[in-house]
Amino acid sequence: MTITELMPFSVLVPLIASLVCALLPGRFWPWAVTLVAVIVSAVIAAFTLPAAAQVTLSYAFGNWPPPIGIEYRVDAANAFVALLVAGMAAVALPWAKKSVDKEVPERQGAFYALFLLALSGLLGITLSGDAFNIFVFLEISSLATYGLIAHGSDRRALLASFRYLIMGTVGATFLLIGIGFLYIMTGTLNLADLAERLPEVRDTSTVRAALAFIIVGMGLKLAMLPLHLWLPNAYTYAPSFVTVFLAGTATKVALYVMLRFVFTVFAPDWSFVVLPLSTVLMILGVAGMFAGSWVAMFQPNIKRMLAYSSVAQVGYMVLGVSLVSVIGLSAAFLHLFNHALMKTALFMAVGTVIYQVGSARLKDVRGLGRTMPWTLTAFALAGLSIIGVPLTAGFVSKWYLIQAALDQGQWFLVVLILVTSLMAVIYIWRVIEAAWFQERSIKQPDVGEAPLALLIPTWILVALNFYFGIDTRLTVGGATAAAEALLGGGMTP
Amino acid sequence: MMTILSFINYWVVVVLMMIGFYCVIARGNMAKKVMGLNLFQTSVFILFISAGKIVGGSTPILREGVEMYSNPLPHVLILTAIVVGVATTAVGLALAVRINEAYGSIEDDHLGDEDDGDGQ
Repeated sequence: MTITELMPFSVLVPLIASLVCALLPGRFWPWAVTLVAVIVSAVIAAFTLPAAAQVTLSYAFGNWPPPIGIEYRVDAANAFVALLVAGMAAVALPWAKKSVDKEVPERQGAFYALFLLALSGLLGITLSGDAFNIFVFLEISSLATYGLIAHGSDRRALLASFRYLIMGTVGATFLLIGIGFLYIMTGTLNLADLAERLPEVRDTSTVRAALAFIIVGMGLKLAMLPLHLWLPNAYTYAPSFVTVFLAGTATKVALYVMLRFVFTVFAPDWSFVVLPLSTVLMILGVAGMFAGSWVAMFQPNIKRMLAYSSVAQVGYMVLGVSLVSVIGLSAAFLHLFNHALMKTALFMAVGTVIYQVGSARLKDVRGLGRTMPWTLTAFALAGLSIIGVPLTAGFVSKWYLIQAALDQGQWFLVVLILVTSLMAVIYIWRVIEAAWFQERSIKQPDVGEAPLALLIPTWILVALNFYFGIDTRLTVGGATAAAEALLGGGMTP
Repeated sequence: MMTILSFINYWVVVVLMMIGFYCVIARGNMAKKVMGLNLFQTSVFILFISAGKIVGGSTPILREGVEMYSNPLPHVLILTAIVVGVATTAVGLALAVRINEAYGSIEDDHLGDEDDGDGQ
């Protein structure tokens, strides 16, 4: 069995396992089956990346040759995102056991089945080379995500889930309209085939409308600034494990889809000319960086604060894309990977606090630095990464972003990146200040350190943050290969 | 006039899409929001189906004496999209039921305001 034949199984294994999972009773077996499925999926994804970086893998489903049949087409860009998604799920799952037992005590079979569906949907989006298939997988993962968010114990989780459903479906339908226009103009749904046939017809308003629909649709799913309204509530009220998983994967995959369409299907020398994409994305990215960081500084709930911080981090990625160069796009991919690492670590630390204290409000964290030193130290160290302190993963991606900006002489962007990083210092500091420099009031219950089952995965992620801050071969290499794959081998505009 | 009439499907698509989208945005009632969403999706289905029609074409079944037939691919795609739409509606309505149980109302305007703590 070659890697090409093995590669689709990283999607199929979670999909099949979700059926099994839904039928399993109790608390242990659903989790165990999920863990095995996720690890298998991650291992396959890990083997796919080196192979895909050398030559584009193509798998035709049902042996129908593309472009007639559905094709999984994997190059460095997909494989990089797929490894990130599957890897994050595999790291988060050992952490999930205790947290989910506490927050979702009943019907865990259904809960883990939804999780596996969301995972296989996200992986399907990344690996698929068929536009309509991408829409279907997008809806699979979205519908599963709405269900997962609604599992939150607070009743506001239901509202958050419903509002996400409305906005997410509008976004996905926009994508469908865009794909429909492309199909009408070219008669094909295969991405590679689309890229070949589009140049003949691309000077029509239909194709321009398709580009606009796809960008707005994916902008919704990716929480680009004015379209981010679903994100803070969804992240705040979802069960901790769901937040941990979504923060690292869902928006990243949406960004990947947008990039795949803008760069591979429409070719950047057209898509960035026909619409003022570069300017729009730069303004929205910078606005997201500022608005997200600004609002995060005043949040009384740490989970919501981190959610707004996610909006800001998406801004960095969008900014990297807007520079339309190999190094800018590499910075975007790098930040996509590194942000998943740091946000997952932060949400895990907060989830651990919620497990012990039952709340993530800033006033309930007071004085916890002394009683839960390992948890809060993990939070502080992951916080360093999100600020972008040297030797952390966050520094590497911001460094590349700054280089990309300087490369085009946009020095004011450097100032903006530094200012927003300082804003990150403030919001991370608020937690550290509450945890170490404020006394716990007598009315609040005393809590001890969290169990090791929660601490160890959190610290593994914190360690990864530092590891990828020092040894950047995998991340920078992968991100550069991904950027070059999207730009068609080092092409510059 | 003829051009308008010959594109009647697409006019229907645009009108339906706008009605649906308006419902989603302007209506506070969650059931109405979901129905608006449904209408919005249905308009896209019609768009796809219209694109598959070929003037003078027959149904896409292989048989004697038929040379020209409609493109069957959009039909198949939309079959899948309808399933997705039904699933979305089901999840949306299920959430509305749960919200009604938790809040006693499905009017979106003021729900969530009365929850204290870390809101907004």
